[in-house]
Amino acid sequence: MHDEKTLRQHNVTNEEYALIQSLIGHDPNLTELGIFSAMWSEHCSYKSSKVYLKQLPTRAKNVVQGPGENAGIIDIGDGQVVVFKIESHNHPSFIEPFQGAATGVGGILRDIFTMGARPIALMDSLRFGPLDNARNRSVMEGVVSGISSYGNSIGVPTVGGEVVFDECYSLNPLVNVFCLGLADKDKLFFAKTEDVGNAVLYVGAKTGRDGIHGASMASQEFGEDVEVKRPNVQVGDPFKEKLLLEACLEVMARRIIVGIQDMGAAGLTCSTTEMPAKSGQGVDIDLDQVPQREKGMTPYEILLSESQERMLIACRPDQVKAVQAAFAKWDLDAVEIGKVTGDGQLKCRFHGELVVDIPVGAVVDLCPAYHRPLAEPAKGNAAAADVAEPADLGGAFKALLSSPTIANKEWVYRQYDHMVLVNTMVLPGAGAAVLRIKGSKKALAMTLDGNGLYTQLEPRAGGKIAVAEACRNLACVGARPIGVTNCLNFGNPEKPGVMGQFKEAVEGMSEACRAFDIAVTGGNVSFYNETEGVPIFPTPVLGIVGLVEDTDTVVGPGFKDEGDRILLVGETKDELGGTEYLKVVHGREDGEAPSIDLARERAVHEVVLDAIESGWVKSAHDPSDGGLAVCAAECAFHSEGRLGCEIDLDGAGPAERTDARLFGESQSRILITASRENAVLIAGMAAERGVPASVVGKVGGDLIKFSRRGKAVVEIPVAAAREMWMSAIPDFFAKK
Amino acid sequence: MKIGVVLFPGSNCDFDTIHAFKEVLGKPTVPLWHKDHDLQGVDAVILPGGFSYGDYLRSGAIARFSPLMQEVREFAAKGRPVLGICNGFQVLLELELLPGAMLRNKNLKFLCRHVSIKVENEKTRFTRKARKGQVLNIPIAHFDGNYYAPPETLKAIEDGGQVAFRYCEPDGSLSEASNVNGSLHSIAGLINKAGNVCGLMPHPERASEKILGSEDGRFILESLVESL
Repeated sequence: MHDEKTLRQHNVTNEEYALIQSLIGHDPNLTELGIFSAMWSEHCSYKSSKVYLKQLPTRAKNVVQGPGENAGIIDIGDGQVVVFKIESHNHPSFIEPFQGAATGVGGILRDIFTMGARPIALMDSLRFGPLDNARNRSVMEGVVSGISSYGNSIGVPTVGGEVVFDECYSLNPLVNVFCLGLADKDKLFFAKTEDVGNAVLYVGAKTGRDGIHGASMASQEFGEDVEVKRPNVQVGDPFKEKLLLEACLEVMARRIIVGIQDMGAAGLTCSTTEMPAKSGQGVDIDLDQVPQREKGMTPYEILLSESQERMLIACRPDQVKAVQAAFAKWDLDAVEIGKVTGDGQLKCRFHGELVVDIPVGAVVDLCPAYHRPLAEPAKGNAAAADVAEPADLGGAFKALLSSPTIANKEWVYRQYDHMVLVNTMVLPGAGAAVLRIKGSKKALAMTLDGNGLYTQLEPRAGGKIAVAEACRNLACVGARPIGVTNCLNFGNPEKPGVMGQFKEAVEGMSEACRAFDIAVTGGNVSFYNETEGVPIFPTPVLGIVGLVEDTDTVVGPGFKDEGDRILLVGETKDELGGTEYLKVVHGREDGEAPSIDLARERAVHEVVLDAIESGWVKSAHDPSDGGLAVCAAECAFHSEGRLGCEIDLDGAGPAERTDARLFGESQSRILITASRENAVLIAGMAAERGVPASVVGKVGGDLIKFSRRGKAVVEIPVAAAREMWMSAIPDFFAKK
Repeated sequence: MKIGVVLFPGSNCDFDTIHAFKEVLGKPTVPLWHKDHDLQGVDAVILPGGFSYGDYLRSGAIARFSPLMQEVREFAAKGRPVLGICNGFQVLLELELLPGAMLRNKNLKFLCRHVSIKVENEKTRFTRKARKGQVLNIPIAHFDGNYYAPPETLKAIEDGGQVAFRYCEPDGSLSEASNVNGSLHSIAGLINKAGNVCGLMPHPERASEKILGSEDGRFILESLVESL
């Protein structure tokens, strides 16, 4: 029997301990307790979230693999599938930004290639505290170089993502990493052991003492002892992973293995329990055979180490030699550490002694699911209605262009190799990345999106808007959504207010996914994003993948030709709550989140997609942070000739307030350009479908100009505006 | 005609390079495994981009000891064409098939972007399809591309017409801003005295199809193919 202190150190409650005793039929020894502690941690078991995650739509015709495997799989036709997932690495990235972020990339890559897919794209959703703080800058610098070092070295392009700044992320940055791979549908692999007597092979890097208890660490709030947790963070070796990637894909292509799983959170423990559990079997492992980097490691340390770049493989006994030869070609060890058994037990031997003997099913499937107490989350007020409209709207516009959340992110993405593998058609900076699929006319589009403040003000709306905005980003490049992954970053689930936010945000996401007929194929929940009792804004990040049938139809955000008409599809309301404008110009983070009508949202996308597929659209971009004004400015900045625009805000209504027309973040809007003739066709098509769409201006000149009732309200040269937008982030780093 | 692309552990532009020669230009192209002592009878050897051996020591420093490098040296010594792209250029410097060395980029960060480079010597087998002074739009992606050589070496390189490409503004003029990584004399690519070994930091294979935003890299790849 372990004392209270040991149980607390392992984050195991007295009730959970009693359950463990009854499930395994004896008092767990310390190693066994460590196994349950890791596998029943929030991070691995989803014990607080799974009752809600069940309501997400996970089935659709194109789903090959839904939640429960290393990654989700969607059929894209022609015998091909995409394999994709998003994961958080928030906690490690705060403790050690470079390694925390780097190993986040390493981990998500393994999740993808362990299923037989070659990773072809990475994206990151990053959130930091304001850049006027040196520590926040240093965290950002570390995270970006960590991502860059891992992704660039292994040769998978980082093609997009988002970077957002807010005070609430100062002590709790968010690092959510997305990866997508491409595979042939008939060459997928899964985590299974198949037949009794099969060999269990350990491949990749040696096991060290790094990352022990990483999964339990990610399931606690941080207190003032953050600094002492540093040894819990793993260290990444992208070169080793590159070798592992090529070797694994080689043994898979030759079909000389039966199952494979990566060792991520909870390390060897996770793979030696989950793989046999899926086949209803057990494994008998000799821990002395596990390649070790350090002397004198205990069974506890070997089983719970989160050393990176390791995989577990199951193969038939007659395949062992061939697998070992394939790994030797890449200078990697492949060591037989055990056998698949029929008794459903995880048995581990160490120096000839049986040190672990527990049922894998109990570890993997029987962690209790909690219905945690819920409280109605605090909601936004209607306060935004009373802010005074500033006399100098031009000044407000400039302030927004210089706000790091809106400003150009080149400082970040130039550090990422975003072109390797020669597929990238739309470079970072647009709302969605687009990659051609070699040997076909098709292309894949992908985007990450979320808005913490909207979700803070109204969790349900925040969940819906995250889905809607991601789909809108895809529509802007001409892609239809095909599948969803999500990363749900929240505070402490033991607090009823946080759990209430979670429940409503998930319900909002579910409703939106249903409205778009897309399934969620997996993802990740990151709770305990709190430091010293202060939670982050609840931040669901959606990763949505889209398909383009013909690469010739892909459009970008940049204005194309002088004289083109600018159309606003959708309408602008008096909605200022939760906007970047209210925050930057008025110093307020309140109000109500923008309203959203999912049927209207989808109708807007359909109009734009049909217009794009008809070849009528020259550019498309959606107003988000900073509203219509920032959206139009970005179209000018992205245009090759730096073309300006003149927009008459009278047509962008029905909002009363001019600041709302300029900077409001009303949903379901897309700004497109087309020739004069095609603009008429598009407006006509929209009118037939009852979707508001009107010509609001013209492309051309070297000014960005907005007028209302015949009077210019904002007027600034494209070059000057672009300079503010380009220099805002680099200036913070130059100043230090 | 057959092109060979060397696969070092950690190469990651190997398949992009094979794609460009084989699928885009339609020329037979084979991978050459670094552990073999066999060039498979190829007519040109390409050392591709990537992070050979992780580049943990110094870019290209370990790759020069790969078994196949013995054959590559002999191949080059016979005057046969060898092209090094990015990490491949770094390996050529480590092999001392080209003079000089690479320092970290001047901003001390990895840099991935399209750049303009000017064809300085159009009389080589790697540039013959371009005009002298022609500006090419080709991406770079590297951490260590800041070219350095001691003054006397630099003088010899310039005097011998060994500068193949320089970073420049889109109009071809030289400037500090367009010299993105801080290279001496804005050097983006070099050729050896004999004219058969060329190294450059930009990635022509990433600019060989319209769908990728530029086809200017084909001037280089097609020049080589035409010379075989």
